[in-house]
Amino acid sequence: MFLRCFTISSNKIKTSAITYAKNPVVFVFCFTALLSVIIGFLEPKFWSWVNIFDLLRNYAAWGIFTVAQVVILISGGIDVSFTAIATVAMYLLGLFMVNRTITNLISGIIFVIAIGGALGVINGAFVYLTKVHPVIITIGTLSVYYNLLIHFTRGRWLYNLPAFYLDFGLMRIIEIKTPLGPPTGLSVLTVIWIGIALFTWIWLRYTKIGRELFAIGGNLEAARRLGYSIFLLQLFAYTYAGILSGIGGFVYGAAAQFIQPNAIVGRELDVIAAAILGGASVFGGKGSPLGSILGTLLLGVVRNALILLKIPSYWHSAVVGGIVIIATLFATLQIRYTGRR
Amino acid sequence: MKLSLFSVILFIILGLTIIGLYIGTNKQILSKVTLETIGYQMPVLGFLTFAQFIPMVNGGIDLSIISVANFAGIIAAILMKQFSYSPLMAILSGIAAALVVGSVNGILISIVKAPALLVTLATGFLVKGISLGITKGYIISGLPNSFIVLGAGNLLGIPISFLLLLLSSCILALTFARTAFGRSIYLVGANPVASLFSGISTRNIQSSVYICSAFLSGTAGLIMAARFNAAQADYGGGYLLVTVLICVLGGVSPTGGTGRISDVFVALTILQLISTGFNVMRTSAYLATALWGMLLLGILLITRKVPKHMI
Repeated sequence: MFLRCFTISSNKIKTSAITYAKNPVVFVFCFTALLSVIIGFLEPKFWSWVNIFDLLRNYAAWGIFTVAQVVILISGGIDVSFTAIATVAMYLLGLFMVNRTITNLISGIIFVIAIGGALGVINGAFVYLTKVHPVIITIGTLSVYYNLLIHFTRGRWLYNLPAFYLDFGLMRIIEIKTPLGPPTGLSVLTVIWIGIALFTWIWLRYTKIGRELFAIGGNLEAARRLGYSIFLLQLFAYTYAGILSGIGGFVYGAAAQFIQPNAIVGRELDVIAAAILGGASVFGGKGSPLGSILGTLLLGVVRNALILLKIPSYWHSAVVGGIVIIATLFATLQIRYTGRR
Repeated sequence: MKLSLFSVILFIILGLTIIGLYIGTNKQILSKVTLETIGYQMPVLGFLTFAQFIPMVNGGIDLSIISVANFAGIIAAILMKQFSYSPLMAILSGIAAALVVGSVNGILISIVKAPALLVTLATGFLVKGISLGITKGYIISGLPNSFIVLGAGNLLGIPISFLLLLLSSCILALTFARTAFGRSIYLVGANPVASLFSGISTRNIQSSVYICSAFLSGTAGLIMAARFNAAQADYGGGYLLVTVLICVLGGVSPTGGTGRISDVFVALTILQLISTGFNVMRTSAYLATALWGMLLLGILLITRKVPKHMI
């Protein structure tokens, strides 16, 4: 992105520099970098390979949720039920793995995709049929999915998961030997996250359905009059988000190495925050899966910093709330003064 | 007052609910003990519902009501326990704390024009985080008796908090039906542009809406703290869904502009009865919440074709 500035003629450099400076993602990038440097000074452990790769691995699931949220935000909606979808997919996967119904990775992934997709279809159908703001619909579906799961399964933690799943969670693509302590490296879970973000970015940018999603998010009525099928597009967006949430649940369980049904629900704002910091707009029609990687990393760095600086965990949600308020303030004021969304 | 078809339907549902629960709980729902429990439980849910009602009529939503309620309760509890404030001063400070959050919501929504759902979601997290930080996640209990009266006291056998709920419903009903302010809230909810051009200060109306909402949530939080004789950062997490459900059942359109306090009060009674009925029948809380969710989705699906003027 930045390199492109240097290849174009000199008087264009100024205008593109301004365009980039106006892009909130650049602010987020600079802020993340600055924060990382400051934390590195205060706590040298932050810049260790172990910490960096742990951060990338632990935020893989959150990153996948954020990509899902970006797709929904682009289509002009919002989804708070993804935490429940991920929990349902992850927990049912765990149950079937413990009683040895699911015995390999492929069937496990197909299973979470099916569960996520099915729950996503329900969200999409309700959003289209009722024409009610998606936040109300997804608060409803969140409580249905999650509470039915806990009611029927009693919500016990699952520990004795099969080896193929646990090994997958520990698998590394690149391994680095640290002089002190155990070896570390790039986890396969991080690769899945980045792969999903890239894949989503490509189809959003280069396929017809991707451009149509931007169109319905930008101006629903105009898109309707152009003859786009709002029903199919909304159904597609929520189903895709549901599938990604299911995969996110799979990744979350693999990273944690055990399955805890109440680990994900209640942290919806983290993901919405990461999506907005990554350049998505709650007004719809705007957002980037690649930007969402940066947003997730910023959230990750902030939470990591709070832990390294030994700030008690009960202050964390206040910090996330504060960041979202500031980000919303900036985003809204930017729309006001530039007139663009 | 003219009784609309919608109100009649609500009363029929109320009647059917009572009959159903009377059979389902083996007459226990109308026993003195159960009715007394309902009298003490309903005010908390009622004030929270009204706190959700005002922004929803205005075309918005307030996702911070639960956090604000707990925040007010915690501020009041800490001032009484650690700084030995008198209950009256503590109550006023709790309300003031809620009003501060409400003003932040109001300013961000009406002046900055940020989307209500995002602003209130974020302030909700912020305030919950602050409550957790202040209390370190612990419960503050053992509040003075003169404060507990607010939640557990009664006057001639009727709970004081229930009387407060009745009083505030009357005030709200009159405000929404008879005052310029109340009518403006409907109008801004139905069509913000038209109301701006007809000379209504939409900015003032919107910010007052969120401040009123915070006032009512703060009241709910104080009653909750007094009833439990304790304050904590994450009491009543499931109430948010139920307040939206009651408003929608009571005829508030999720896009704003419609809804009456009297209908919402009937809807509140229905839901409180069902909820208490579930308790009597020992239904699990998880199943109950899942049923609330299904009920909300079902109502939205059924009423989607009903024109607004019918409600």
